[in-house]
Amino acid sequence: MRLLPSTRSFASSRIYDVVVVGGGNAGLCAAIMARQSGATVLLLEQAARDLRGGNSRHARNLRVAHRMPGRYMHGLYLPNEYWEDLIRVTAGQTNASLARSMIDQSAHVMPWMAQCGARFQSLRSGARRPSRKTVFLLGGGKALLNAYYLTAERLGIDILYETEVVSFHFDGGIARGVTALTGGAAATIHAKAFVVTSGGIQSDIDWLKRYWGDAADGFLIRGTAYAKGQILKDLLDQGAAPVGNPAQWHIVAVDARAPKFDGGIVSRIDCLPLGIVVDRNGRRFHDEGANIGPERYAIWGNLVAQCPSQIAYAIFDSKIDGLSRPSLYPPIRAPTIAELAAKLALNPSSVMATVDAFNAAVQNTLHGKSVSPGHTEYIAPLKSRWALPIDTPPFDCFPLRPGVTFNYLGVKVDQNAHVLMTNGRESPNTFAAGSIMAANVLGRGYLAGIGIAIGTVFGRIAGREAAYYANSGSHKDRAPRH
Amino acid sequence: MQTPEAIKTARRAIEICKACRYCDGYCIVFEAMELRRGCTAADIGYLANLCHNCRNCYYACQYAPPHEFAINLPKSFSEIRMDTYRRYAWPHPPDIIFRRNGVAVATFTALAIAITVTLTLMLRSPSGYFKPHLDQAGFYAIVPWKIMVSVAGAAIGMSLVSLTVSLRRFWRDMGGGRIFNDRVIRVLSTVIYDVLSLRNMGGGEGHGCNDRDESFSRARRYCHHATFYGFMLCSASTIVASVYDHVLNWRAPYPLLSIPVVLGTGGGLCFIVGAAGFGLIKLTGDPSPVSRSMLGSDYAMLGLLLVLAGSGLAVLALRDTAGMSILLAIHLGIVLSFFLLLPYSKLVHGIYRTAALLRAAMEREASK
Ligand SMILES: Cc1cc2nc3c(=O)[nH]c(=O)nc-3n(C[C@H](O)[C@H](O)[C@H](O)COP(=O)(O)OP(=O)(O)OC[C@H]3O[C@@H](n4cnc5c(N)ncnc54)[C@H](O)[C@@H]3O)c2cc1C
Ligand code: SF4
Ligand code: SF4
Repeated sequence: MRLLPSTRSFASSRIYDVVVVGGGNAGLCAAIMARQSGATVLLLEQAARDLRGGNSRHARNLRVAHRMPGRYMHGLYLPNEYWEDLIRVTAGQTNASLARSMIDQSAHVMPWMAQCGARFQSLRSGARRPSRKTVFLLGGGKALLNAYYLTAERLGIDILYETEVVSFHFDGGIARGVTALTGGAAATIHAKAFVVTSGGIQSDIDWLKRYWGDAADGFLIRGTAYAKGQILKDLLDQGAAPVGNPAQWHIVAVDARAPKFDGGIVSRIDCLPLGIVVDRNGRRFHDEGANIGPERYAIWGNLVAQCPSQIAYAIFDSKIDGLSRPSLYPPIRAPTIAELAAKLALNPSSVMATVDAFNAAVQNTLHGKSVSPGHTEYIAPLKSRWALPIDTPPFDCFPLRPGVTFNYLGVKVDQNAHVLMTNGRESPNTFAAGSIMAANVLGRGYLAGIGIAIGTVFGRIAGREAAYYANSGSHKDRAPRH
Repeated sequence: MQTPEAIKTARRAIEICKACRYCDGYCIVFEAMELRRGCTAADIGYLANLCHNCRNCYYACQYAPPHEFAINLPKSFSEIRMDTYRRYAWPHPPDIIFRRNGVAVATFTALAIAITVTLTLMLRSPSGYFKPHLDQAGFYAIVPWKIMVSVAGAAIGMSLVSLTVSLRRFWRDMGGGRIFNDRVIRVLSTVIYDVLSLRNMGGGEGHGCNDRDESFSRARRYCHHATFYGFMLCSASTIVASVYDHVLNWRAPYPLLSIPVVLGTGGGLCFIVGAAGFGLIKLTGDPSPVSRSMLGSDYAMLGLLLVLAGSGLAVLALRDTAGMSILLAIHLGIVLSFFLLLPYSKLVHGIYRTAALLRAAMEREASK
């Protein structure tokens, strides 16, 4: 049920079993699970209905362990391989027992998701993405959220949009209520248990500036504008134990022409290894051929973030036409390097000098129609792979900016998704799931599809545990549940 | 109406979809998009005609309005489709026919009715016209069989010629090539199945369309089935009746449980349920993925289908009364209008959709 403004006061006068703060993937999983466990549930979402769902609306897949090939994934992906992948990308910055149990449980979420309306891209349908480690959401994250919201409404979960939760009220570690801004007024909403799924802090530019200074003005935010981390900051201020690194962000290189927020997946620039990348001064600054795996996205994001004015320019010639994936905007094109530089408001002679030096250093050239890219010598930085002279007009450029995906600061949780306090104790009735606690598992790096996996697994745990707490009144006198 | 603006909007959306691909698997459009690198006006026309307007990709789109990309594929595609109908129509009508399609269809149908009523009145004395016709000649007393067959034949023939010319042009723009080759033979059964089952309205995983909002439903697909198969039943009824009359020499009217009457009644009812259902979905659904400029032609088509079936059923129900002659004349007028308007109303979508499906199946086969 969607509450109309006139019924908002009713929401604050009634005591729900469970209040869920934030309506992204983790929030919906928690809300639905709590309801299915018998609790009455109120979901508070900061965005308007049209923009609900945070970063989850931009996700495309989730990573799940599986022991058999199936309709949606081929091969198999055993928990051990998942674990090894995680250890590799995080360099060990993970809570092993949380991560292990998340991985084990990922193997069982799909039937539940499907029951709640989730649909996946089948291998036999038009989608031909090879997919072994992740399952792709049919229609993407927004379709997933639409399905979850419908399920939530059908189950009788109350939903308040345009409701921003600004603070928690704790009483000896027990959450008694939250203050929320709704319908132009502040209201206190009470509940027996709370689940916090309000996502990250990455769209708070002021917060970014603490670490990046004014450079943060040159950043684009790939996801929602509603990730200002009010509640994350509030919880940390009130003694929740932090996890992860506050000075670290997942940043990828995106098209500089993309919108400030919500550019999503399509703004990512894919083809950097195929050409050269120069900064505002027309100089190369990194071996473009060094990284060709999926880790290259974040490497380039951080490199561009450190460029003067947080901008860089990827330059290609027409030999690579058709080799790169389709992109959001057509490249900026010109018949000569000098004209291209002028279009980009760069100094033509520096760009020409860079291109000439690069071309002279390339060791292999094009033979007829067959591309046999080589490497460069006697030039700094080298280009170790995919080096081809840039000499065949027209010349193309994608301007690049850092695009922030998420940050690595969160609240510490235990196996049951309880928020842990700095004094080492848990808050018995406050639970967290999704981005706000993802750093427990993913302390650094990135694995495609793990964000939704973490949100789904911990959202379900948090919802179930919150309902259990609300129904039993106390969590002490019961056996551990997994 | 196709403006450079409509093309531009659709092209922009397609380019973003190609970079995004989240909707792969909803329908054949996204697969077809993958297989075409370019994005010319002809490519866009092809993709637009593949779209079944199920709206899955609108509600799923992370870039739908209020996002600044404002992607709305079903709306863009419906505008492009209307332009296909205009551009390829032959003989080429004045633009107003498509721009104000609702008015055009209604006016034309009214005219056709007026003409048939007048002509039939001229054929019979007024005293004979308003008498129950229980005599041997039956319906043919009002419009002699020869006239009925030659007028209907001429109308259907004209439509067929017109549709063939349009199809040939559309096919050429989609990429041309011989229609009958072994690749076609290989994909033909798939295409026939797609057309008859509307598989592309299955949402990829069989859960259906977003007929009215984010929730999934099969109502629109079933309405289409009811209308399409209802039409088939009515046509079958007409054919059986002519065979009875001219081969077997069994004269109309036929008893209620005879094959032509059962087929006709069943078909007419399906038709009405389908068309009315379509209208209801349109009236109660979320209008945001709908192009307002398309509404006239949509309602005109539904209205035409409704009066076609309604008048047919009325003739059946009241065939023993004094009103039969005029009802029959009206019904025939509508039938005439229906066939003549085939190339100039939204009904024409059938041929373009089928051709595009065939093309898509061929391109998929070729890419294997
Ligand atoms: C472009 C992009 C692509 C991605 N692709 C993938 C992918 O393919 N696979 C994958 O696994 N992960 C992906 N991720 C990461 C993934 O989106 C996140 O890990 C995941 O969505 C986190 O879910 P969540 O529910 O914790 O947070 P979110 O989905 O961000 O939801 C948080 C919700 O809380 C609301 N909120 C915030 N503050 C408040 C407040 N104070 N009061 C009330 N409500 C509040 C927000 O409006 C939002 O609805 C992607 C991220 C981006 C940006
Ligand atoms: S309709 Fe939207 S979500 Fe779907 S493929 Fe296109 S851009 Fe992506
Ligand atoms: S058929 Fe449906 S999913 Fe496919 S393009 Fe049309 S509206 Fe989108």
